[in-house]
Amino acid sequence: MTQALDVRDVHASRGSHEVLRGVTIDVAPGEICALMGTSGAGKTTMLRAIAALGPFDSGSIVVDGFALAPGPVPPESRLRVLRRSVGMVFQAQSLFEHLTVIDNVTLALVHALGWTRARAEAEAVALLTTLGVAHRVSAYPRQLSGGEAQRVAIARALAPDPTLLLLDEPTSALDPARRGSLGEVLRTLAAEGHALLISTHDVDFAEGFADRVAVLAKGVVVEEGSPRDVLSNSTHADTRALLRSPSAEPPK
Amino acid sequence: MFAIGGCARTGNEHAPLRWGGDAEGGAPFVEADPANPSRVRGFDVEIAEMIGRGLHREPVFVQVAWASIEASVERGDFSIGLSGVEDRPELRERHSVTIPYFEFREVLAVRFADSARYRTLRDLAGRRVATLGGTGAYQMLLDAKGNGGPIVVSYDDDVHPYSDLVAGRVDAVLLDNIIAERSLRRTGGFYIEPDPVATGHYVGVLARADSALRDSVNVILRARMRDGSLEKTFRAWHVWDDGQARYFARVLGDTSTANAVSAERSVKSVGAYLPALIRAGAITLLLSCLSMALAVMVGIAVAAGRVYGPALVRAPLAIYVELIRGTPVLLQLFVLYYGLSSVVRLPAFLAAVLGLGLNYAAYESEIYRAALQAIPRTQLEAGRTLGLSEAQILRLVRGPQALRLALAPMTNDFVALLKDSSLVSVITVVELTKQTAIYATNIGSWVVPGLLCAAIYLAMSLPLSRLARRLERKWSAA
Repeated sequence: MTQALDVRDVHASRGSHEVLRGVTIDVAPGEICALMGTSGAGKTTMLRAIAALGPFDSGSIVVDGFALAPGPVPPESRLRVLRRSVGMVFQAQSLFEHLTVIDNVTLALVHALGWTRARAEAEAVALLTTLGVAHRVSAYPRQLSGGEAQRVAIARALAPDPTLLLLDEPTSALDPARRGSLGEVLRTLAAEGHALLISTHDVDFAEGFADRVAVLAKGVVVEEGSPRDVLSNSTHADTRALLRSPSAEPPK
Repeated sequence: MFAIGGCARTGNEHAPLRWGGDAEGGAPFVEADPANPSRVRGFDVEIAEMIGRGLHREPVFVQVAWASIEASVERGDFSIGLSGVEDRPELRERHSVTIPYFEFREVLAVRFADSARYRTLRDLAGRRVATLGGTGAYQMLLDAKGNGGPIVVSYDDDVHPYSDLVAGRVDAVLLDNIIAERSLRRTGGFYIEPDPVATGHYVGVLARADSALRDSVNVILRARMRDGSLEKTFRAWHVWDDGQARYFARVLGDTSTANAVSAERSVKSVGAYLPALIRAGAITLLLSCLSMALAVMVGIAVAAGRVYGPALVRAPLAIYVELIRGTPVLLQLFVLYYGLSSVVRLPAFLAAVLGLGLNYAAYESEIYRAALQAIPRTQLEAGRTLGLSEAQILRLVRGPQALRLALAPMTNDFVALLKDSSLVSVITVVELTKQTAIYATNIGSWVVPGLLCAAIYLAMSLPLSRLARRLERKWSAA
């Protein structure tokens, strides 16, 4: 089976600081992979490189058969295929403040995919129903709670039906009860065949819902395996540092 | 304070005689001396010197805008105004006025091709006739307007009526023969109808309370008429003719009626002026709305070009913004209307809309640029990951959010534009402020016209601010 995501030996730097120093990671369809690490480990840089929002210096990133070349981010006109394959949920959700929930979700369907408004709205309502926020269709982002905003952001990213869904610290604004229900939602998405790469430092969340965990430290993956193996029996210093850190990181 | 003129009015024999005139009016009245631009010369200057000698007071020239001579003399800025001031009944009601020292003819200037067609004002029904605002000719045209009369186009100076006549923007100019002949010498290209439309007189104007000084001045003027000094001066400035000789003879033969004050003219009521003010207000509003629409469209294009464009586009746009913001809008209006008239002959209203619109576009573009740059990067990235093109992100995400940020400063600019639109009177568009000035000049007071004018401006700007606040509330609730 082809991987939804195949990252090989990726290096990336910000200024003179090398943030990623040879990261290799892959995610299969239907799989949830938690990319873990303390703040500054390079999780967000990795996600941004995969979503073609940030550059990388060397190595290869292949998403659903589409290869991203190292170097500056290419113009949007050359990223059409990638954009269809990757959805991203930002840490601070970044919902479009001036649009209602339903318009946030239908925007890409209508304008990027050219669907009719009726078809897009039917799809959006179905997604929002799955995610449990269908009652907020006409609300504006600032009227939503953190959990609702998170689900709407997921619905927005899922609407174009991407193969790979990237989530950046999805639990950071949620209380423990809501983390659990978010996990359930993500499991449903994986069951539907989506590949999920989740950057998180929330150990309980990763243990509860990830199929596989990759621990990123100082720009490389230091440990990888099932949550039980990595998180329960780790002897690696960086993983233990992660386990000791408080599991809620304030949103950036 | 040098300008406190109270002492000059007390009639102190040895105090300097401060007299007011407008050197912008130019020869033969008052002009800066080409040999020494800090001095003035002209027949009005020589008359001031004659009066000074007669009073044993040294004449001191005070520069004042021609249209403000009457208000300034009443304030006490100087003792006597001499600058081709026209004798009018209202002038005599409000000020002390000397005997007329010169008789002029109001003459029509037309293009050569029209010399047989337009001989009188009646021939000019429905045609555009230009004149200097606030003059007797202007009043004459206003009186003729309406019942099949001409369309009046008022200017703030006496050069552009003639250049616009030659350029075809107006069909005739009605002004006194001295100005007409001077323009004919300067620029030429038109024909002065030989039959005068009317005759008028130049007088000296003094504060109403200064009738004693006025009487002394009258004695001096008569003496200079009698001894030929005035004739010599007028000859030297090439404005003497037989009509003038006959006029002097008439004045010297009759001493009784020259100072008679015409009391029959009733003060026009507010009701008579209100429709004109409201019409002018409508012009202000229309002009402002069209200019703002242009400013918003050009401003958006400039801002988008500066945020998204390559360096080759950004540089000229930056130059445009700096050039427009760094120079007075008045200068831009002049250049657009008069400066470009040899290339493109814009109608006044269109030039006004373009001038104000392009000026405000520079300011709008900076507002939009700042607003565009204030939208968080993640909003744009969210758009990208959804597969929207850059143009779609601008149109669907960044633009609408920036518009919300720009609303308050835009409202501010529109209110400012409503008032800045008064500047276009320099290119002959009569809008609210100009109409108010005309009204105020006619009744000799700014109080009622000023209040009415302010009320109309507020009636236009307040609902606008309200609407903007309502929109802002709606958007911030969202």
